[in-house]
Amino acid sequence: MITIVDPGPQTTVQDLGRPGHLRYGIPPSGPMDRTAFVLGNRLVANADGAAGLECTLVGPRFRTDAPCAIAVTGADVPVTVNDANVPTWTTIPLAAGDTVRVGAARAGVRAYVTFAGGLDIPRVLGSSATYLRGRLGGVEGRALRKGDTLPVRAAPIPAVRAISGDVVPELGGTPTIRLVLGPQADRFTDAGIAALLGEGYEMLPQSDRMGARLRGPRIAHARGHDIISDGIALGSVQVPGDGQPIVLLVDRQSTGGYTKIATVCSFDIARLGQVKPGQRITFAAVDVDEAHRLRREAAAALDGVLV
Amino acid sequence: MRFLPAGDLAVSVELGDEISVEINTRVRALEFLIGQKALPGVVEMVPTFRSLLVYYDPAVTSYEALCAAIAAIASQASTATLPPARRVELPCCYEPDLGLDVEAAATRLGLAVDELVRLHASGSYLVYFLGFTPGLPYMTGMPERIHLPRLDTPRTKVPASSVGIGGTQCCVYSVESPGGYWILGRTPLRLYDPGAAEPILLRPGDRVAFRPVRRAEFNEIARAVEARAFAPVIA
Repeated sequence: MITIVDPGPQTTVQDLGRPGHLRYGIPPSGPMDRTAFVLGNRLVANADGAAGLECTLVGPRFRTDAPCAIAVTGADVPVTVNDANVPTWTTIPLAAGDTVRVGAARAGVRAYVTFAGGLDIPRVLGSSATYLRGRLGGVEGRALRKGDTLPVRAAPIPAVRAISGDVVPELGGTPTIRLVLGPQADRFTDAGIAALLGEGYEMLPQSDRMGARLRGPRIAHARGHDIISDGIALGSVQVPGDGQPIVLLVDRQSTGGYTKIATVCSFDIARLGQVKPGQRITFAAVDVDEAHRLRREAAAALDGVLV
Repeated sequence: MRFLPAGDLAVSVELGDEISVEINTRVRALEFLIGQKALPGVVEMVPTFRSLLVYYDPAVTSYEALCAAIAAIASQASTATLPPARRVELPCCYEPDLGLDVEAAATRLGLAVDELVRLHASGSYLVYFLGFTPGLPYMTGMPERIHLPRLDTPRTKVPASSVGIGGTQCCVYSVESPGGYWILGRTPLRLYDPGAAEPILLRPGDRVAFRPVRRAEFNEIARAVEARAFAPVIA
């Protein structure tokens, strides 16, 4: 069991989410940076979907009452065990009574703490993932608070492993986020599409797990910004009347009535989820076939990176 | 029928460009057929007014193969293929402390409040789909006499379970949220209950009837719902 000493601004329980409920208006949730989350679980010899913690900008401080092993992946954060620095992207064995502190992100937004055995959190609709707006899953559907106790499933302490250095992502700079134009690209002017693919956008602080709000070149509609409400895919780039794009993410509404100029590719959602408020991104368009090829490459790159 | 790519994991299948029972019925029938035929690679589907968003696994099927498979069965998507609709009764208290706009809407329509309530409760409402917030139904079915443009200024907070109308549509807010509909009343039922084993009350294709209840009965049902001792009337 772990006890939360200081939760950080928004730390939630996540697993790989609850697909299959969008037709009832319930989003899948799950980690924003799925790659980092999955690698975190592999570092502690878990199945990819074992429940762990997603931290936002600043991580938690917690104490374990039993020997266990954890890994911290995702955003570039300082981690200490009993005030001594320890490395990230590697297995960290802990003794009973150890206190772990996950600090403020130097780059990236979301760090993941995974636990050998996984957190033992009741599943709602098949998942332990927290959906904050819907108060569903996780710990009472909310972010963690001081004093929360979370059981960890019993598991052997795994061998110490690490992620090869070239796979640890560089989270600073101005990342290029790939997207597929459509479903409603025809509702925008050529200049509007050129604006989207042009000099880039700044991530706004109002962004959250529901959507990334961006500021930059105004995207002009050809004829109105409202459509008959339809389904919103992961990564949908919705453009309301003000011409500023919003990328809809893991806790998105299932349907909506704004035009969607493009859809961010599944394999770049993780990268987008690590863009800090104030940091800039650019978009690049690929077609569906190219996106599928890139998705296969991204999946293949995840295998065999544990050393 | 149009196929529109929605990234690398979904395709939007558009069956028309208007809000109508006929087109929406075809959307829901297409969803039902795709499920029944278990088309390879389909992961989940979201029906809306006139389109079906189909999520797929590109490791199992290609975009072209999936679109071709959907196109091949689309002509069979007629009403005859859908299972019979459920009929769900929603008790609704139209008293003005819950029906925040019932008096203003009646005035605007030139009706007595009782007449507005009678007309609203006389409708049989089709749930086109659920969306916006968990379990929120998009419905039509009320008499034309009570069609009203939406509120000029949307409310920033509408209480959960409020029953509202706007244009030709009726909805029940499933959680506290912003909203631009005229609020006529409130149901003591929860359309979304995150603590329940089945958090969502309604389903796409349901027929909803509103049964007017007085405040005393509203309170009684609300208490039973709170204690998880109320079984909604579903036929």
